[in-house]
Amino acid sequence: MKHLIQNTAADSSVVNAATLSGLSRRDLLKGAGLTLAVIGTGSLAGCSAGSGENPTALAPNQFLRIDTDSRVTLISPNTEVGQGAYTGLATLLAEELDADWNQIVVEGAPADVKLFGNPAFGGAMQGTGGSTTIAAFWQPIRKAGATARAMLVKAAAEKWNVPASEVSISKGVVSHAGSGRSTTFGELAGAAARLDVPKDAPLKDAASFTLIGQDAQRVDARAKSSGAAQFTQDVQLPEMLVAVAVLPPRFGATVKRFDAAAAKAMPNVVNVVQFKSSMREGVAVLATDTWSAKKARDALKVEWDESKAFKDSSAKVFADYQELATKPGLSARKEGDVDPLLAEGARFEATYQFPFLAHATMEPMNAVVQINADGCEIWNGEQFHTGDQAVIAGMLGMKPEQVKIHMLFAGGSFGRRGNAWSDYLADATAIAKADGSGRPVKLVWMREDDMRAGFYRPAYLHSLAATVDAEGRITGWRQRIVGQSIAAGTPLDSGAPVDVTSVEGAANMPYEIPNLSVELHTTKLGVPILWWRSVGSTHTAYAVEAFLDDIARGTNQDPVELRRSLLAKHPRHLAVLNLAAEKAGWDTPPPEGRARGVALHESFNTVVAEIVEVSRRGDSFKVERVVCAVDCGIAVNPNIVAMQMESGIIYGLSAVATGQITLKDGGEVQQSNFHDHQVLRINQVPKIEVHIVPSTNAPTGVGEPGTPPIGPAVANAIARLGGTAVRNLPFSASGVNLA
Amino acid sequence: MITLDVNGQQLAADAADDTPLLWVLRDYLKLTGTKFGCGMAQCGACTVHIDGTPTRSCILPVSAVAGKKITTIEHVATGAVGKAVQDAWIAGNVPQCGYCQSGQIMSATALLEQNKAPSDAQIDAAMSGNICRCGTYPRIREAIHRAAAALS
Repeated sequence: MKHLIQNTAADSSVVNAATLSGLSRRDLLKGAGLTLAVIGTGSLAGCSAGSGENPTALAPNQFLRIDTDSRVTLISPNTEVGQGAYTGLATLLAEELDADWNQIVVEGAPADVKLFGNPAFGGAMQGTGGSTTIAAFWQPIRKAGATARAMLVKAAAEKWNVPASEVSISKGVVSHAGSGRSTTFGELAGAAARLDVPKDAPLKDAASFTLIGQDAQRVDARAKSSGAAQFTQDVQLPEMLVAVAVLPPRFGATVKRFDAAAAKAMPNVVNVVQFKSSMREGVAVLATDTWSAKKARDALKVEWDESKAFKDSSAKVFADYQELATKPGLSARKEGDVDPLLAEGARFEATYQFPFLAHATMEPMNAVVQINADGCEIWNGEQFHTGDQAVIAGMLGMKPEQVKIHMLFAGGSFGRRGNAWSDYLADATAIAKADGSGRPVKLVWMREDDMRAGFYRPAYLHSLAATVDAEGRITGWRQRIVGQSIAAGTPLDSGAPVDVTSVEGAANMPYEIPNLSVELHTTKLGVPILWWRSVGSTHTAYAVEAFLDDIARGTNQDPVELRRSLLAKHPRHLAVLNLAAEKAGWDTPPPEGRARGVALHESFNTVVAEIVEVSRRGDSFKVERVVCAVDCGIAVNPNIVAMQMESGIIYGLSAVATGQITLKDGGEVQQSNFHDHQVLRINQVPKIEVHIVPSTNAPTGVGEPGTPPIGPAVANAIARLGGTAVRNLPFSASGVNLA
Repeated sequence: MITLDVNGQQLAADAADDTPLLWVLRDYLKLTGTKFGCGMAQCGACTVHIDGTPTRSCILPVSAVAGKKITTIEHVATGAVGKAVQDAWIAGNVPQCGYCQSGQIMSATALLEQNKAPSDAQIDAAMSGNICRCGTYPRIREAIHRAAAALS
């Protein structure tokens, strides 16, 4: 789902990727619509302005409610996974409503595609992904606020018997200057709720924004600094059981038989059940507390049928991919004809290997499910609301509207919770169903379960070759990409032979190269895979930007100058690159003992350039400084844009430094927890500066675009310091360590 | 039945002796601010104070803490240092997903209890046991400096 927005940009480079692959946004949405169009309860559709729960509250549309105590509640269609969605959407609402920031609270919306379908997904699904939240709801949420504002103004005008044009609102206070009267939203809510809902409430001009464009106090900061924020892991319900499960040791293994005698004899254990869900089989212990369930789970003896399990090692996967890359793939982009040039010999060649990557959210996946005769209730940090609702309803033979989803904060996602198979939710549902007691069941994955359950960023291999003329101009570039398709088998699988998510970032590269071929070999492996923060750009940005620097080094060209020379038709990219170069002091030498590296990449319609300074410390390298420039259209909250760039940079740096999931001979996952799957810690984090390009264009994504450039920028700096030009990721697998 | 001194109260829990303190706090005492992240003292999400010392509760058997003073995120801001840290966290918009932040605040508070004006290097040393996957680390550093300044 994350790549859908990729095709909505005005920038021609983005349109290229979609048209060249023969896959349009509409095609994708048709695919999604077939499966998802049936979903939706429409429970609030056609509502009058009054709230069903409280007739004196003003609720002119699905996105907000104003109570008589003047509290303004934003009903957020999208989830808060840390990216600041709640705060950003609240800013849009408060801006048009002229509300005071302190009167805004945010609630997660129920699952209802008619009311809350994501416009970036064509409204076909309610979900969060593809860095779409602010871009998609830029108009609808502002419209919702403007509509309520017009009703409050009209109610005040009628109450005071003055022209509506003389009523103003500022920071939640409604006033009439001529008479000196003023009142609150709460006092007007009841009267406003009886008015007709206007259809044409005007939106503000950008010049009159008072909140948009300003830093915001995050609406979730207090709850998340006091232990009060509720995550799924924190749900406690009467009679609730905790389930801890034995998951398959290899992908695709099935339960042959199991011995639960020891587990059942352990204290607090209530039941042991075998389950089969959309993605896996297993055996779960249900106990009255987590530790008892975990101990009993460890005492279970399960025998597996591994005849159909995936048993290849990562080494075997890459050897196969290497072989495939020697042959032409399906064309994802073709300019000119690179083959005759390469037939005379490539001047530059490189092969890049990208491992499977785990999302490794801080909150291991979990879910609470309660099934009764009338329906099913789910508690989850929900990301694909109506997709999950449909999967669970299908499992239980219910209608989607019988599945009620309670929204909780999500302890990170990075793509993990947006899962077309609803994997962990389906497990929890299957376990609750198998238990059959009707008691609520909280499925808790231990960290090891989370790390080994699959749904990784796929492994990819890129094989590149380039030709260069006597002046150092790149005349030919061929890039063959080998790996699994993320869209395959999901409702987003359009059936097009080239999955956009496999080639995005390469097929639509902005660089002007006369003979260019981007090709794809799509593979099928029994390893469950998923989008991972920035999806295709996680690997395409690295391959393109590192190879470009290979060429710059090999032809004695300045890497920023080389990029500039290839961007004549992309002023937006050029402006971002130039801003980063200026702020990083590119034209002056780096401090003694440091080298700089640069990378530029567009994803989710946002362009980001990052310039790093790296020093050498003995055998290790230290990333000292990152200068990030970003063009994301209007920055609704500049501080949240900066946070997301920092977040994306650190997440990306962690991945290229040590991030990998490897499969042993026989197919078992090697890593298990944070001791053997190292992630970046505070002592490894550089100083990060974020510079935002001023813009009057509509907002574009920020949750993911900070991630792609950091890996190649650091790799390019390391190569300039005399280190290895790292081509086998992560750095640690190539003997390069970050201090 | 074990009686614990948690947040200044004597609380009883009918948990097995080997149950990690984390799960007693969460499942028996319903103090869910302390988080489960790894179960092997690798991520710091479960950090609480035992007699003032930051401690990973996920591997600490509850039997080992009888008679000791346990402070959790729910209570830490009743102290001046904890309050300053919490205020700095909010003012600096530190949390993103927020899941690790209870542990971060407990580690930061313990640091400032010992060291009124830590350097970046001292912050890194004290905080490197706490993982944040959202990458709030730069803002954690800033917030600790801010809290230190507020306390000085």
